[in-house]
Amino acid sequence: MVVLTRGRVGRRVAWIVTEQVEVPQPQMAVEMLGIVKRFPGVVANAGVDLSVERGEIHALLGENGAGKSTLMNILMGLIHPDHGKILVHGRDVRFHSPRDAVDAGLGMVHQHFMLIPRFSVTENIILGSEGPGAFIDRQAAEERVAQTAAEYGLVVDPRARVEDLPVGIQQRVEILRVLYQDSNILILDEPTALLTPQEVEDLYRVLNALRDAGRTVIFITHKLREVAAISDRVTVIRRGMTVGTRVTADTTAAELAELMVGRGVSLRVDRTRAHPGEVALQAFDLTMKGRGGVNALDGLSLSVRKGEIVGIAGVEGNGQTELVETLAGLHIPESGTILLGEMDITRDDPVERRRKGLSYIPEDRHHRGLVLPFSLTENMLLGNSEIPPFGDGRRIDYAKTEEITRELMERFDVRAPGPETSAGALSGGNQQKLIIARELFREPAVLLAVQPTRGLDVGAIEFVHSRIVAERDKGRGVLLLSFDLDETLDLSDRILVIYHGKIVGEFSGERVDRAELGLLMGGRVPHGDRVGITT
Amino acid sequence: MGTGWASQHNAAWRSTAVTVGTSILAVTIALLAGAVFIAVSGHDPIESYRALWNGAFGSRRAVGETLAASVPYIFGGLSFAIAYRAGMFNIGIEGQMVMGGLAAGLFAGWDLGLPAVVYVPTSMALALLAGGLWGSIAGVLKAATGAHEVITTIMLNYLAFRLLSFTVLETDKHLPVDPQLQATHMAPPEARLPIILSGTRLHAGLIVGILAAILLWYLLFRTTFGYNVRTVGLSRGAAAYAGIRWGSTVVAAMFVSGGMAGLGGGSETIGLLGQQYNSPQGYGFTSIAVGLVGRNHPIGVIAAALVFGVLRSGSNAMQNQVGTSREIVLVLQGLVILAIAGLAASGRIKAWWARRRRTTMPTDEFSNTIGVEPGVTPEL
Ligand SMILES: Nc1ncnc2c1ncn2[C@@H]1O[C@H](COP(=O)(O)OP(=O)(O)OP(=O)(O)O)[C@@H](O)[C@H]1O
Ligand SMILES: [Mg+2]
Repeated sequence: MVVLTRGRVGRRVAWIVTEQVEVPQPQMAVEMLGIVKRFPGVVANAGVDLSVERGEIHALLGENGAGKSTLMNILMGLIHPDHGKILVHGRDVRFHSPRDAVDAGLGMVHQHFMLIPRFSVTENIILGSEGPGAFIDRQAAEERVAQTAAEYGLVVDPRARVEDLPVGIQQRVEILRVLYQDSNILILDEPTALLTPQEVEDLYRVLNALRDAGRTVIFITHKLREVAAISDRVTVIRRGMTVGTRVTADTTAAELAELMVGRGVSLRVDRTRAHPGEVALQAFDLTMKGRGGVNALDGLSLSVRKGEIVGIAGVEGNGQTELVETLAGLHIPESGTILLGEMDITRDDPVERRRKGLSYIPEDRHHRGLVLPFSLTENMLLGNSEIPPFGDGRRIDYAKTEEITRELMERFDVRAPGPETSAGALSGGNQQKLIIARELFREPAVLLAVQPTRGLDVGAIEFVHSRIVAERDKGRGVLLLSFDLDETLDLSDRILVIYHGKIVGEFSGERVDRAELGLLMGGRVPHGDRVGITT
Repeated sequence: MGTGWASQHNAAWRSTAVTVGTSILAVTIALLAGAVFIAVSGHDPIESYRALWNGAFGSRRAVGETLAASVPYIFGGLSFAIAYRAGMFNIGIEGQMVMGGLAAGLFAGWDLGLPAVVYVPTSMALALLAGGLWGSIAGVLKAATGAHEVITTIMLNYLAFRLLSFTVLETDKHLPVDPQLQATHMAPPEARLPIILSGTRLHAGLIVGILAAILLWYLLFRTTFGYNVRTVGLSRGAAAYAGIRWGSTVVAAMFVSGGMAGLGGGSETIGLLGQQYNSPQGYGFTSIAVGLVGRNHPIGVIAAALVFGVLRSGSNAMQNQVGTSREIVLVLQGLVILAIAGLAASGRIKAWWARRRRTTMPTDEFSNTIGVEPGVTPEL
């Protein structure tokens, strides 16, 4: 701006023209310009631009491995870019560590939890935002955490140890931590991957309230439904480059999907009717103690036939995890029988069950499904190491395993430089694809699929769904457990409702009365009685 | 997809280079810091290191001594490495060496009149067994009760030392021990590991050590057992998922670990010394450093053991010729451990350094030179 003032120039008084740099309130909370980041063998960000307005919810969308998490880790100072410029509230910043970013008012919920399992909820939440001084007033901290939790409707026990909590609750703890830090700019990397629909609703409410209070939110998700529901604008990244930013209200799911993948994507599952055969997996009267002495499984029985997909619907914490882990052989039930075809596998260990034809996609890919420092080849051996062609029980054929890994990477589109890459260097979705590839490779008789599409992009979900349906059509039995009720409904030929460790209802996949399903999941039979009392 | 085969190869090669580079850097830092200590103690660091070098390599005899000094470190480092791979911190190497040395010393001291081809391998096998069993006690305690191995192995060390004293001080004539000398009987020549470099004390223990390293490499990286050990050590959850039994794997790994230490004790007893004295040799703790510097990789351990052997064998010459106390070598060993630990924390150091400069963003090359292992970086 040019400003004229009367002033003295030498001996004369005259108009002086000065140029003033205008300092307007910057509109942009975050600007990232031309960000480039290379990893050995991969260009994760190849010149990404992202502008996020102050006070908006901005969705970040992109295929698995597109570079979203990398970009956000760069913003948080966890990774240093090779090139590029970052402005926060108009100021040029260089964060050298997450601490700098937190100091500047940024907070991030990571795609994979960064919680310390042995610490309590409170300890995890206050970590990094303890005040000065050597002592922590535990009680005051717990109260404050409980208060924050209540304020946002994210209920957790502040004293519980994180390792004792189900993953869905851990997700809440992660979100609470950022809220507790009182960040100005919140980054959420796939925060809903492990939330139930109700929790997702709650989160929307929290985010809307935050936005109305002038905070800025960057929200990474693969679910187009969520983009539509929550965001004001959306930026799509493909293969490390920005392909466009849209105002959410002016775009469609189909357009976004196409921008993301570069082709049209079918957003619904195409499948024909099931032709169920003989029983593939059967459980009778399974009982298992859970925490606190309550039966996690309370005389549960179910069966899965060859050629059908059976979905389990239920509110989290009703024995789903225990059920799957018992079927997979991680726990031996206190009573009951499990049959795989004709074989009694109740007392078999997981290796034996695999040998007999059971495959298992676990819920937690970082703590169960993968060994992160291992190479992809070594991860392919997890659970397979004693089974030909991988090994004979004594030796392992690494050359053969590598060959298979290479081939599966191709077939399942696992994007990584090569089989020697460590699993920890893969993007979340690619890690998931690796596990799915491994578990389907053995051509199992029965597949236990827990959150099979957690963190996958729309293209990959389409692929995995069609693979699961194809497995079904090859005569395999599939037991599906997903927090995403829509996925369960879309994919299942039969739906079983679990409540308090028991199956309390069954629906055919063709005709599901959602209202009735909801009631059953909540422990009520449709005419109003509590299920627990009637039986 | 990636950028083809060349880049994959490159990435794997690079991570190895980073690992090796870290170890070399740690040793270098230790030597530089050690120079300061030497200077402070009033001696010339350059002269001291020169004397050390000549003491280690100056003659055929010196080279023999250096290699012989490396032998127990090879076994000790291997012992530490396999336990570490299973997620166990074996502080009990010293005790396991004592048990191995005692077993071999007693058996050899009996002078059973066996031919060397039978006598030596049997003695060594006993050493392996004794050390292995001693090591697996800590494994069993961990698997059964969760008792932490650092505590139990330290206690087992004391127990082993007492057992050694008790045995060699035994005045009853049943055991081949000399209570006056406080040692087992001198082993007859056919029960001794043969000298492999004439005119020196270098014995066949070196060959056994190298073979053991190769075998251990094969075990870790080619067999199911080794895969299970590595999985258990990195992720108990994934191990459970894969049906790998944590308890039995830990016990077995501790057996192998103790067995390696036992071989080390045995090779000292029937190799270098000929008998087991009533005193631990003191290789156990240095072995931890050997394992760490060798990055708990069998081949790395051999390289690290050589470095520590050089320090040990050159230190006498340094003391005699320059007057620098040979204890400085202990300081150097401590410094190496500190440097390794420091480099592991280098991510934070790097951040701190960058914060101090504030001017330019650190290039990624820097983070790649120091111990930031691929794959563990962003989500840790
Ligand atoms: N530490 C690392 N070392 C090597 N490569 C890495 C590392 N982190 C990420 N990459 C690679 O960078 C690319 C982008 O990964 P990023 O995690 O940013 O993807 P994303 O968009 O978050 O994907 P997703 O939706 O699957 O989580 C991937 O190809 C990944 O393999
Ligand atoms: Mg990601």
